[in-house]
Amino acid sequence: MSIKGKAYIMGAYEHPLRDAPDKSTPQLHAECAKGALEDAGLTKDDIDGYFCAGDAPGFGGMSMIDYMGLRNVRHMDSTETGGSSYLLHVGHAAQAIAEGKCTVALVTLAGRPRQNKFFGGGSGKPGQLTDGPPEAGYENIYGGSTHNTYAMCAMRHMYEYGTTSEQLAWIKVAASHHAQYNPNAFLKDVVTVEDVVNSRMISDPLHLLDCCVVTDGGGALIVTSPEVAKSLKRPKVKIMGAGESPKGPQGGRGLDLTHSGAVWSGPIAFGEAGVKPSDVKYASIYDSFTITVLMQLEDLGFCEKGQGGKFVADGNLISGVGKLPFNTDGGGLCNNHPTNRGGITKVIEAVRQLRGEAHEKVQVPNCDIALAHGTGGSLGTRHGAATLIMEREA
Amino acid sequence: MTDVQDRPDVMTRDIPAPAVTIESKPFWDAAAEGKFLIKRCNDCGQAHWYPRALCPFCFSEKTVWEESPGEGVIYTYSVMRRSPSGPYAIGYVTLNEGPAVLTNFLGVAPEALSIGQKVKVKFQPTTNGPPVPVFVPV
Repeated sequence: MSIKGKAYIMGAYEHPLRDAPDKSTPQLHAECAKGALEDAGLTKDDIDGYFCAGDAPGFGGMSMIDYMGLRNVRHMDSTETGGSSYLLHVGHAAQAIAEGKCTVALVTLAGRPRQNKFFGGGSGKPGQLTDGPPEAGYENIYGGSTHNTYAMCAMRHMYEYGTTSEQLAWIKVAASHHAQYNPNAFLKDVVTVEDVVNSRMISDPLHLLDCCVVTDGGGALIVTSPEVAKSLKRPKVKIMGAGESPKGPQGGRGLDLTHSGAVWSGPIAFGEAGVKPSDVKYASIYDSFTITVLMQLEDLGFCEKGQGGKFVADGNLISGVGKLPFNTDGGGLCNNHPTNRGGITKVIEAVRQLRGEAHEKVQVPNCDIALAHGTGGSLGTRHGAATLIMEREA
Repeated sequence: MTDVQDRPDVMTRDIPAPAVTIESKPFWDAAAEGKFLIKRCNDCGQAHWYPRALCPFCFSEKTVWEESPGEGVIYTYSVMRRSPSGPYAIGYVTLNEGPAVLTNFLGVAPEALSIGQKVKVKFQPTTNGPPVPVFVPV
């Protein structure tokens, strides 16, 4: 069943905190939920669908539904694809609404990675058989991290297409131009291409400023049926299409680190929505690293494969300057990346743009169609991809 | 934190003991004897990596262990500079049999690595576990 026009995003909230030493993770989830409900003009008793991923503590959805006192939930989903989870959740919520399984769906994300140590590689216990992830024994021992597995993609992209560090740097430059207008952004300073390429090398060829920030915080969304949407006083953001696709090394035979799952999720979403990349006025593109953005722009069809470097150069992603304004809140590169999985913030800024509520310095004029795309897991090993297309309804 | 400029010599890295499962035990037992095994499917004929009981291409159960010379070329790599034990290189090797293997490159200076370079497997001992395959330039 197509979800086109069957559901609306009517509430969105981004937690203002970037450091949360005095709040618990469930508290952050609940504060985000409350914020999104207030934005929509609904109460928690209206919620009959709940969607969360692995950042929800305890028994995930069950713990959070109980913690928040949601009494009327009759549909839940905990699909886990890392940072892209929340984009899938919006699509899944729209499906559930279209099938009559719920009418008001809540999606939450929250966490406090700045308060906790990073998760380690995990090496298993010597002399003892384990039953962990099937790839763990063959991969975790090699010191793979988020940084160096994405860097492997950048290295191969440069090798195949001649992409340069200066071109990648333009992505951070664009994000920083937007972040200067966001009072909550973790990094507010405008940077130059030189600043990026002269910053410390983290994992070749990615520099410090090619990497996103790590922040506490969270966000929430309210997805409703058309009937509920009509009853509310907020601008309506219609869900037009959604696509999702996992991608992995495929037995070692399908390894191609120069493209992402967006090559599959993008066409599904565009096809369902009945729009083309050239129709998109604003794009929220998951920006764990600069290379993530570059590959996704190519894979979503905003430019030819291998031409991403040329596409982003000279400020083409800067609102008011270039051809495709992106991540006008500063994105993960400058604003926030709550609990290391920022997918929900991609939807939130797209909602702001479609409602005309983005900061006046970055608001895209006549923004009627927006795209949000997420990549979760690791681009260099196995990842989930999710594309969402939304339209403003007058 | 060590900067690579302070360590112009070849890269080394202490690798932790791998997690061994019921499925992967034959691989690690062979590794202890210095043999590098991959899996091949007797139905579709294709080799795959990482090894698994059911063929990831045709889903047949007729997969068999096969000793590989462990020779191939670097598909991609990255030198991780943010490491307390000095820089280390992670990457993928495309084996001559076809599949790509995630690994570390040791015994080489960071600047000497390149995509397309020929490499060969070598086993490195671990503490309290089987030796693990790494790759070195030929």
